[in-house]
Amino acid sequence: MRRFAQWKSGVRDGIPIFLGYLAVSFAFGMQAASAGLTWLEATVMSVSNLTSAGQFAALGIIAAGAGYGEMALTQLVVNLRYCLMSCALSQKLDRSYSMRHRFFMAYGITDEVFSLSACREGPLSPYYTYGLISSAMPGWGLGTLLGVLSGTLLPGNVVSALGVALYGMFIAIVVPAAKAQRAVLWVTLITIPVSVGFSYIPALSSGFRIILVTILVAAFAAWRFPIKEVERDVR
Amino acid sequence: MSANPWIYILVMAGVTYLIRALPLTLIRREIRNPFLRSFLYYVPYVTLTAMTIPAIFSATANPLSASVGLAAALGLAYWGKSLLTTAAGACLAVFAVEFLQKIL
Repeated sequence: MRRFAQWKSGVRDGIPIFLGYLAVSFAFGMQAASAGLTWLEATVMSVSNLTSAGQFAALGIIAAGAGYGEMALTQLVVNLRYCLMSCALSQKLDRSYSMRHRFFMAYGITDEVFSLSACREGPLSPYYTYGLISSAMPGWGLGTLLGVLSGTLLPGNVVSALGVALYGMFIAIVVPAAKAQRAVLWVTLITIPVSVGFSYIPALSSGFRIILVTILVAAFAAWRFPIKEVERDVR
Repeated sequence: MSANPWIYILVMAGVTYLIRALPLTLIRREIRNPFLRSFLYYVPYVTLTAMTIPAIFSATANPLSASVGLAAALGLAYWGKSLLTTAAGACLAVFAVEFLQKIL
């Protein structure tokens, strides 16, 4: 039952992800429809990819009829941040679980699923991550489907309000950590101006900006505030 | 659209899965280097902050409602509210501000 308890706690923590994804993928579905995708193609794309920036970028490529190589390269660049996240999770994962869990978990590592998994106390049970994915994936798929089928199912002000759900969740993860650890507070305060500054570089996609900011600030923080073994156990 | 959309979807899903799966399956040992350990420890906090700021300001109908949503989330998170409560509170704050903007 411990596995089930982990899974359930993941499903619960994933509810804000579900709501946020519903809103974002709704917008994606509407755009997919105008790019010429059917409801089935758009929904399968969402369920098989589970990426926001990657899928939005793909619509432009599909609409332009560009080559498969260009599609592969674009996905690589836009989604490269997942590589960094997977590296971090590889350390966080409870080592008593078998290898096959890593193959299953890899499917659902989105920004949000990663963040909740990485910031969970103690070693990570894959079942917690499965729980998060169980909430996140249906939200992403369902929102896409609804978005394709009708652009007017949800009133605009509801879509707008749901737009902050994901960010609210991010904030709920960072703030308690920043309260507990001075180093995390500093890391956050340094990240804000760096991220804003980089967002003014026109050629930089948001996916790439996040990779750059993450590498720069996390490397600086690792140099200035190396974690002590005590904090490692808290983690 | 000249090319087959299903092949596009297959290519996308394949590339994205590999990006996620390779580090997770290849790095199985515990990393001992203190710099790398610290780096990976800070990754989620930097990523989360970089994803939130400045994107949150364009996530709603206008920057004002987004700012109030941000403030609400910061307050709720500071007072130790759960993920769900914080996210829902931010949504409600945005909804309320945009409602007021419409009737005023």
